[in-house]
Amino acid sequence: MFENLSYLALQEYWWAIVSLLGAFLVFLLFVQGGQTLLYTLGKNEKEVSVLANSIGRKWEFTFTTLVTFGGAAFASFPLFYSTSFGGAYWVWMLILFAFIVQAVSYEYRSKADNWLGTKTYDMFLYANGLLGTILLGTAVATFFTGSQFHVDELHRSYWDSPFKGLELAFNFGRYQTYINLSLGLGVFFLSRVLAILYFMNNIEEENIISRARKKLVPNAVLFLVFFLFFLINILVIEGFNYDPITKAVNMESFKYLHNLLAMPSVLILMLLGVIMVLWGIFRAITAFEKCGSKAIWFTGLGTVFTVFSLFLIAGYNHTAFYPSVSDLQSSLTIENASSSKYTLVAMSYVSLMVPFVLAYIWYAWKALNKKKLSVNELEKDGHAY
Amino acid sequence: MENFNLALVDWSRAQFALTALYHWIFVPLTLGTSFIIAIMETIYVKTGNEIWKKITKFWMTLFGINFAIGVATGIILEFEFGTNWSNYSWFVGDIFGAPLAIEGIMAFFMESTFIAIMFFGWDKVSKKFHLAATWLTAIGSNLSALWILTANAWMQNPVGMHFNPDTARNEMVNFWDVLFSPTAVNKFLHTITSAYTYSALFVIGVSAWFLIKNRNVILAKRSMVVASTFGLLASLFMLITGDESARQVFRTQPMKLAAMEGLYRGESNAPLVAFGLFRDEPTPQNPKAKEWILDIKIPNMLSYLAALDPNAFIPGVHDLVHGNKEHGIESYYDRIKRGKIAIKALADYKAAKKEGDDDKAYESLKLFKANYKDFGYGYYDDPHDLIPNVPLTFYSFHTMVGLGVLFILVFLLSMYYSVKDKITAKKWLLWVALLSIPLGFLAQEAGWMVAEFGRQPWVVQDYMPTLTAVSNINTTSVIITFWLFAVTFTVLLIAEVKIMLNQIKNFNEDDGGH
Ligand code: HDD
Ligand code: HEM
Ligand code: HEM
Repeated sequence: MFENLSYLALQEYWWAIVSLLGAFLVFLLFVQGGQTLLYTLGKNEKEVSVLANSIGRKWEFTFTTLVTFGGAAFASFPLFYSTSFGGAYWVWMLILFAFIVQAVSYEYRSKADNWLGTKTYDMFLYANGLLGTILLGTAVATFFTGSQFHVDELHRSYWDSPFKGLELAFNFGRYQTYINLSLGLGVFFLSRVLAILYFMNNIEEENIISRARKKLVPNAVLFLVFFLFFLINILVIEGFNYDPITKAVNMESFKYLHNLLAMPSVLILMLLGVIMVLWGIFRAITAFEKCGSKAIWFTGLGTVFTVFSLFLIAGYNHTAFYPSVSDLQSSLTIENASSSKYTLVAMSYVSLMVPFVLAYIWYAWKALNKKKLSVNELEKDGHAY
Repeated sequence: MENFNLALVDWSRAQFALTALYHWIFVPLTLGTSFIIAIMETIYVKTGNEIWKKITKFWMTLFGINFAIGVATGIILEFEFGTNWSNYSWFVGDIFGAPLAIEGIMAFFMESTFIAIMFFGWDKVSKKFHLAATWLTAIGSNLSALWILTANAWMQNPVGMHFNPDTARNEMVNFWDVLFSPTAVNKFLHTITSAYTYSALFVIGVSAWFLIKNRNVILAKRSMVVASTFGLLASLFMLITGDESARQVFRTQPMKLAAMEGLYRGESNAPLVAFGLFRDEPTPQNPKAKEWILDIKIPNMLSYLAALDPNAFIPGVHDLVHGNKEHGIESYYDRIKRGKIAIKALADYKAAKKEGDDDKAYESLKLFKANYKDFGYGYYDDPHDLIPNVPLTFYSFHTMVGLGVLFILVFLLSMYYSVKDKITAKKWLLWVALLSIPLGFLAQEAGWMVAEFGRQPWVVQDYMPTLTAVSNINTTSVIITFWLFAVTFTVLLIAEVKIMLNQIKNFNEDDGGH
């Protein structure tokens, strides 16, 4: 069945899959957001432990989604994988370090004789929440604002900035840096908002929930400020267009706005997403008793829709999804960065497994979430973080 | 030869070696203990005996501690292909990326979903569902081994692809060839059986410690029965698949085999060096130097093992470098020449394409294709740069094999005495079992050293040498990350070991357990 699709259709299909993984990843970053709130929402050891256990049972999904995002990008767009990871070396290394220290922290934080002490592991969790979200957001923003690299005849890539990716967040002389950072900070505050909504759904402890409600408004406001700054900017900046016939890349004013208008379904998805994000937050604030615990579903799904649509306008409608500002013609597009047709077909068959994966994840979560988490509940449980 | 930044290559190699060796401390334990736990839980569900639940939970706790750090060390490896081997990622990404992606979709999600049920689901789901989750965790982790090892096997024996000169990369033409290449099948089977072996040693060793201390006797004895049976079966399969792996190496990586056996001069009726100590490192320039201080050789055995024929000729380092007409072996000198022709033809092809000179492009392409099989050799001038570290490969290989035989004995004895219920009286055996934990670890790492150092300087056998595979970054960055990894992983390892020891020391089967 996939054999009959055109090469371009397969490339588009795989861009959609990578985008979907990216979108789920941003939603699942609520774990990271929660990690930055452990000591804000928990005021004693027991409360902190309830919070840590609540997100601790989900951390692996975020982690695995990140890993799979990397693997899928490697398999479908290897030139992106080699260019971005090998070039923006330091950004990716910092992200990875933030995730390495996270992976052990839940399991080790409360075990006897853990050498570094609970506080250190909780600090690792905090660092992961802070760096992981901000840097991932910043990295994604470069899909719109571009990086400095070139690719030679043999498709070997070279990063043109000596700062190996750090310039994307710290070169304050370039306007695009502010766009990058605004998405980074937007993702950070979004992850905290999502975490708060998740706690409202998952935890049954008066004190924690009332503190969480108080924190919702400031985090939501900051999220909106940064996110809108980013969104408005990318809708008005020049974007990276390429000619479908000659494949030459050129700058086009209002490119991403044009993309939205050219693909009405994506526009609708984005609007729907934004509305759902806001609606979830709004209901959690105004009608908490009635539907506060369901807010995570609205805001969460809205996040997936919004991020998905952002990825789509970065890669579809002959747009270079990983643009180079130092050598325009080196910019990566879904056509020039992809795997061979054969590999995309083979991988497409594998992708048929995704619905099953989602189904058993759903089933397992439901089984585990039957009861809300509380101090009492935690003490009864055998295995606690 | 282009100018390669050798310091960059070396630091990148060191970083990969460091992170991979660390990952491999934890992974084999995950692969095997997950099954041992599943067997124990099955016994619990079948018999309903609470002691088996306690036993299951005890090993599960240790499993969880190990698993967390396995994950921590794994993520970096995957991304390192991009960050440190970016040219490699493009050159082979079309084939190599797929197994990694499948691993994520198929294995890692399975593992992480069911592991949550395994740990948190005891009172929330039915016994049967919980048991299924435990088995699925084990299957998931072993599936991840399947895919990553397929990727690794492909680098050792690249099949199922062709080179596309326009994209300058290898492209997959047959997925099944990649998945079912004999190298991949052997590698998978040998690696997982060796992981089961190691895990069984771990369970037996910890149990032996309990018995030495005369604590948790019931748990220890029962665990021993399960683990020694499992370990015996696994180690026998390990022996068979290891033997088959060696034959595979002989077919596809003769230089590695020569290094594994320390064979400088090829021989017919080659003997197997069962044990040997090099005198001084004999060099191909000076092959006459007496090679061994001490050795025990089994006549004809190497020829028989490698080719199933006691008279077969096994080429040594010297034969591969200088060629051997009599046995139809091309010299590295010739292969280097042809490699250079291939490299130049590719450049000519590219240039001709640019100028629109179709005839020249066609001719160059033909020339390129005729010489592509030696492409990677063209990056070298001196064939001696194409020889791996022989003593290191030799000692690693012999350490692994020697220990493998020892472990089979350990399993046999501990099974015999635990079934007879006389194990507590055999103090010496308990000590041997305890010491086998570090030895098992040593054998594991030695195995990978054989596989990975023995194939140097190739990252993709015959096509891509390590020096063209690295990312174009500055050496200082890699040096810094190398040390960051070294420190971080060491700190985490110490924490892991302390936590694990604490759990073992404080476990008491008469309490509620942990
Ligand atoms: C407990 C660990 C352990 C033990 C006791 C053995 N092995 Fe092993 N061996 C491994 C653990 C291992 C490994 C770590 O799993 C390796 C590394 C790469 C691989 O494919 O498996 C390996 C690789 C490896 C290779 C190289 C494959 C390659 O380069 O692709 C050969 C030829 C053997 N083994 C052969 C044996 C034989 C004949 C053994 C005799 C009992 C043996 N191994 C015991
Ligand atoms: C977990 C078990 C593994 C261990 C212990 C291990 C060990 C090593 C070592 C010691 C090196 C350095 C060799 C040298 O540069 O001289 C190395 C390099 C490398 N290994 Fe492995 N390896 C493992 C698994 C794998 C797997 C599964 C893959 C691929 C899927 C792989 C791919 C590579 C690559 C790309 C390099 C760098 C290039 C090179 O030096 O050849 N390794 N590994
Ligand atoms: C050098 C190549 C390797 C890479 C790129 C790699 C990648 C990874 C990654 C990303 C993880 C974390 C997955 C998660 O999110 O749960 C992981 C864990 C794991 N890997 Fe590796 N790995 C390598 C070598 C191996 C080998 C050779 C095996 C098995 C033979 C293996 C088996 C596992 C298993 C079973 C886990 C689960 C965690 C654990 O066991 O501790 N890996 N690996």
